Amino acid sequence: MRTIGSAITGSIRGEHPIAGGGNGERRPAALIFLVLLWLSLLVAIGVLITLIVTIIVEGQGQFSWRLFTEYPASSPDRAGARPAILGSAWVIATTAVMTIPLGIAAAVHLEEFADKKNWFNRFVELNVQNLAAVPSIVYGLLALAFLSMLGVRDKNIVIGGALALSLLILPVIIIATREALRSVPSEIRQGSLALGATQWQTVWRQVLPSAVPGIATGSILALSRALGEAAPLLVLGALVFVSFDPNGILSGYTTLPIQIFNWTGRPQEGFHQLAAATSVLLLVLLVVMNGLAIFIRNKFQKRW
Amino acid sequence: MSTKYSKIAAFTATFAAAALLLSACGGQPTGGGDGDSLSGPVTSDGSSTVAPLAEAAADQFRSVEAGINVTVATSGTGGGFKTFCAGETDISNASRPIKDEEAAECAANGIEFTEIVIANDGLAVVINSANDWAEDLTVEQLNTIWAPESEGVITNWNQVDPSFPDVPLALFGAGTDSGTFDYFTGAINGEEGAIRADYSPSEDDNITVQGVAGEPGGIGFFGLSYVEENADLIKAVTVNGVYPTVETVQDGTYTPLGRPLFIYVANTSYTDKPQVKAFVDYFVENAESIAEAALFVPLTPEQISTAAEELASLG
Amino acid sequence: MTTTVSTQGGPAVKPDRPTTSYFIGRPRYGEFAIRIFLRVAAGVTIFTTVGILVALAIPSIGFFAEVPFVEFLFGTRWAPRFADASFGVVPLVTATAWTTLLALLVAVPLGLGAAIFLAEYAKPWLRKVLKPILEVLAGVPTVVYGFFALQFVQSTVLREWLQLPTGAFSVLAAGLVMGVMIVPTIASISEDAMSAVPNALRQGSAALGANRMQTTLRVVIPAALSGIVAAIVLGVSRAVGETMIVAIAAGNQARLVANPLEQGQTMTGFIANAALGDSRVGSIEYDTLFAVGLLLFLITLLINFISIRFVRRFREAY
Repeated sequence: MRTIGSAITGSIRGEHPIAGGGNGERRPAALIFLVLLWLSLLVAIGVLITLIVTIIVEGQGQFSWRLFTEYPASSPDRAGARPAILGSAWVIATTAVMTIPLGIAAAVHLEEFADKKNWFNRFVELNVQNLAAVPSIVYGLLALAFLSMLGVRDKNIVIGGALALSLLILPVIIIATREALRSVPSEIRQGSLALGATQWQTVWRQVLPSAVPGIATGSILALSRALGEAAPLLVLGALVFVSFDPNGILSGYTTLPIQIFNWTGRPQEGFHQLAAATSVLLLVLLVVMNGLAIFIRNKFQKRW
Repeated sequence: MSTKYSKIAAFTATFAAAALLLSACGGQPTGGGDGDSLSGPVTSDGSSTVAPLAEAAADQFRSVEAGINVTVATSGTGGGFKTFCAGETDISNASRPIKDEEAAECAANGIEFTEIVIANDGLAVVINSANDWAEDLTVEQLNTIWAPESEGVITNWNQVDPSFPDVPLALFGAGTDSGTFDYFTGAINGEEGAIRADYSPSEDDNITVQGVAGEPGGIGFFGLSYVEENADLIKAVTVNGVYPTVETVQDGTYTPLGRPLFIYVANTSYTDKPQVKAFVDYFVENAESIAEAALFVPLTPEQISTAAEELASLG
Repeated sequence: MTTTVSTQGGPAVKPDRPTTSYFIGRPRYGEFAIRIFLRVAAGVTIFTTVGILVALAIPSIGFFAEVPFVEFLFGTRWAPRFADASFGVVPLVTATAWTTLLALLVAVPLGLGAAIFLAEYAKPWLRKVLKPILEVLAGVPTVVYGFFALQFVQSTVLREWLQLPTGAFSVLAAGLVMGVMIVPTIASISEDAMSAVPNALRQGSAALGANRMQTTLRVVIPAALSGIVAAIVLGVSRAVGETMIVAIAAGNQARLVANPLEQGQTMTGFIANAALGDSRVGSIEYDTLFAVGLLLFLITLLINFISIRFVRRFREAY
């Protein structure tokens, strides 16, 4: 691994394949510009490191098994995040079951079967892109209205949260799946059709299996985003003192981000430490999930 | 090709295994213990003042009956009554008595309830711990600070009393759904709900604590238990010369801001759901120790016997 | 003869995929059913958008029956739950504008700087290392950012280290942290745009004697400008829609923010805080929630459309 020093001198000397090099790179303005660029990178990464260090330092007093096994309590010395951990697991699992098949199906339709020049299908594409950028709290309002319309009284149930999160990450899964489907070369499809397969058989037996790594990567990344969301669940009334394990999709629940929010809002320092420790736990979970996604992509991705 | 299918099979197997694992985890913790243990949900909602008490009760109760799921939400006393009178909760926590309109709504929906006084509270007015000029306030001064007419007008401590320094006022307090809000406005401004709109409201008293602790000119109001919990961040003022303590609240000298705290139990929940009955019985019978554990003002002896009578009338 | 060509052989297949199904042999009804299901799945996305519009519009209609448009859009007192209620949304919008502006002040320089470095200056191995690190910034949950903003930026940095006259919450702390959060958004889209500029342009500029700074500033950035603008606009959209950071760190007093050290309540902060209380379906409080939600949705919709138009332009340019 080359050193940082060689990276810096490389930037000045211009070992980048395109352009650069020569006396012009050592003029003061150019050097200052380079310093500014390095600075912006360092500031961004520095803030990230500060954030991680701060929460580890603040939460270190609370890293114990109690975090995993105990329930929230009125005193920080006895409190733990067990319902939040299980609640997050329940909600993410339910979300995955609801949204991944739907997202893959929609992407397959849009990519393989729909006539792309049709104005309606282009509208659907535009719609999906727009939905991916809608604020997450609006999805909470949507789920709230939908559940109210169905007459559901207590909206703080696993299926309610899963509904909001599913709709939130559906566009992301559709976009990622479409990218994965696009990366499969058309020769594969043509070969399959030439051998007499129908379009669906081609998709099901040739295209989808080849696209599975990309789809899996995209889905895991989308689910990791859902894991970190709190705003839509707040609107559904998730901020409740929950002292039990969730036990069904109609059960009450809380999630890790909601628990962090709850504890952050309390004035006692002990709860802030708990919030920090839980944040570390959440970050570790996310790193594991993202690492898994990247591992799948690197290991199984086909080079055509 | 077998590799493709084996990959798909591997992914499906992982998901299935995860789902099975979850359903196993989702079962009840640490076994049922002795044979006939109860289970089921007990839902409560309402006052943010009463919530720490209810949470402490739920905490202690869990060591007695591990299978019962008690949830405590804090939508404010008014918000709690709305859900209670719609039949959605078993218990409503309240820091003021139920209003006539609310009782009428309950009656209209066929919800019969029993009111039980569960603890006492001194509604404390708090200031930042660095504030040393406003440690004694009168009701008139509080009215000057909080009245609707003061909105946009009274913005500095020296407007409240010329001897106070030139420090801007920063007002925090309970939101409009809160019983604390109703009680405070009624006692200080003479009319429930009458208050200046330019303060920072929150249904969560913890936010108020944070706000007052953060501003040198901060002033706020909430239940006494939050003062004791956060004694290093904020301090209570004396109102008309009386400091809120367990004694002054119980003997009535801390006025007009001493008040009882209530739980309202839905009669049908109590009789039809054994887990609700178990929790309410536990709560009332151990009210004194729970109140002390949660830093609340416990009931006086007469209040204890009244509560026992109310409980008996329920069963 | 039929017009279906694939059975004939020769260079018959069109370069893009066939769009009609070739029913050769017996009809397959199962596949027909599957394709209906796929179509329905795609339709769910339309249902979501329609659902959002309907869900936001119906209570808003109830809201606007009670509160005139002009008072809502231009009134400066936001006190929806008080006895003497006012529904002027200007305080919420100004607070949102403040946090967005502060976020951009942080994110645009940092994001563009990172993007320029990664696209123009970094060696390939450095790029491979730095890009994922920047992506981590995007992956941190916003709750954790909110906790960081309240506990570290506000308490420690602003109040202890810099001794600024500010309280427990401030728009500045929330805005700064939000800026860091959207750096990856701006950086990655800008970097894509700059990488898409053909090397021929850079080589031509170098041949004329420019150093890399001059090439970047005078050739690459102008060429990638629509992509960069798209990135910034998308960053704006994310900042406007962000909830948790402001709910935790910006405070919840709806007031006209005049200086960033004060606290304020944004549109998203109002929705989050109001949802913590209780609102009966059909009451004015419930409707207020959705009226503000509708305004938020329309603002972000507008911003997103602008951004998508810019993205299209830059993708088509080369």
